[in-house]
Amino acid sequence: MKTKVGSNLERVLAAGHFAVTAEVGPPRGPNPEAVLKKVKAVKGIADAYNVTDNQTAVVRMSSIAASRLLLESGLEPVMQMVCRDRNRIAMQSDLLGAWALGLRNCLCLSGDHQVAGAGGKLKGHPGAKNVYDVDSVQLLSILRGLRDEARQEGGDAIDCPAPFFIGAAWTPLGPPEKFRAVRLGKKVAAGADFVQTQAVFDIPRFTEAMRRVVDMGLTERVAILPGIILPRSAGMLRYMNASVPGVRVPEALIQRMSSASDPKEEGFKIAVELIHAVRQIPGVKGVHLQAIEAEHLLPQLAERAGLLPRP
Amino acid sequence: MIFSEWKPLDEIVRQLDGRKKVLLVGCATCVAECAAGGEREVETLAPLLSLAFREKGQPIEIVTCTLEKQCEWEFVEELSGKATGVDALLSLACGIGVQALAERFPELPTYPGVNTSALTIREEAGIWASRCAACGDCVLGETFGYCPMARCAKSLMNGPCGGTRENGKCEINETLDCVWNLIVERAELRGELESLGRVRGPKSWSNSRHGGPKRVIREDLRA
Repeated sequence: MKTKVGSNLERVLAAGHFAVTAEVGPPRGPNPEAVLKKVKAVKGIADAYNVTDNQTAVVRMSSIAASRLLLESGLEPVMQMVCRDRNRIAMQSDLLGAWALGLRNCLCLSGDHQVAGAGGKLKGHPGAKNVYDVDSVQLLSILRGLRDEARQEGGDAIDCPAPFFIGAAWTPLGPPEKFRAVRLGKKVAAGADFVQTQAVFDIPRFTEAMRRVVDMGLTERVAILPGIILPRSAGMLRYMNASVPGVRVPEALIQRMSSASDPKEEGFKIAVELIHAVRQIPGVKGVHLQAIEAEHLLPQLAERAGLLPRP
Repeated sequence: MIFSEWKPLDEIVRQLDGRKKVLLVGCATCVAECAAGGEREVETLAPLLSLAFREKGQPIEIVTCTLEKQCEWEFVEELSGKATGVDALLSLACGIGVQALAERFPELPTYPGVNTSALTIREEAGIWASRCAACGDCVLGETFGYCPMARCAKSLMNGPCGGTRENGKCEINETLDCVWNLIVERAELRGELESLGRVRGPKSWSNSRHGGPKRVIREDLRA
């Protein structure tokens, strides 16, 4: 893989290393210390860190600003950008600004709908107007245009290209399952360089999904990083299986967690096994680690999975 | 059809506060189809309003009339006699009808009695669902007859987001079909799944509201 952007994530992948990304969610307030605290917890365990864009449609510090804070702290950010809140004018403007601030990775997402948002715990803004001027596939093509053609979506030239390493999401096991590989193909055709997936727990089914995209030749063109969530209880697994679309947790794993005498320890074992298992699947180029609201556990996970030190 | 629903009664009462005689006007087309503003709903609402105002100690006279079409001038004209002597109009038509009344009777305050929200089909008795978003750039020929603009919560143009539930419903509402799941099913039925593999580029919204309020001049019809 020839590098186009020179981001650390791109270089790690191009060098053939098994890449690791993790996540830093911006705070619901303006305090940079809250970002820096999370930075401290996860520094050194990943090649790049996703900075979410108002996830669950709850207002947080902007992804661009928080990404810049990461950069200043020595972490490489993957700025996330969703299609819910901005039209193509604002998105491109923000992308140019983000590039000027030194951000080089961008993950393009549809974004959580404001009605389904807030995770049931916060009020959120269910009365907000959403935008969806472009969808995530179209956003990928906009980033490719800014990078490869130095051109805005409307056709106007920009004075110099804005090269980003372009990311996409993939929900391999979501219905309609047969179409999910086709949709990934569209994202690759539109410009995706790397892909982070919805959390994987069902190895046989994920292996089958990967076989389809390998057969389509997609893994020659895009680096796929399956999502690994550190499970902390049987209840958490049950909840994800029942309520998070596209996440399938085999009953055996739930049983294993529920009968474990030390669920926290069992969670680490499961996550490490999952990492080792996806690493064996052809086409997998890394992992995207998450520990929902428990980022401080990620260093231990990365260590135990043999992912450290990072290149 | 254009879909409307009654505003909450207390909101209607609040709008009409202080009026003595109100002409309540229905429309026999879309709002009758969606059981919000036809003759039956007009005659149901009138006594409810009278009662609400009586309970407030401010008796009000409600005169009723349901027009064939509140959005056509020739039918609106039928109100010219009835509007004499009233001090407000209350329309149960969509916003088009409300504005037609306001334009024809500029001296009278005209209030909406319904909220209009969508272009729908009646799926079955008592169930209406969005079918058209008036986006000005119809894609139904490429989406197997299902409109992703109106029926996908995110108006996605290139397939479903990650929020499709296991049973094919949308993550925002468990009674709502994921329209992309339906599109894919019909594409498979026709053996044309690969046609959905083509990337659809950003859409021009300029022929919808986003291009500015619509005003169409058809010279061929203006002779």
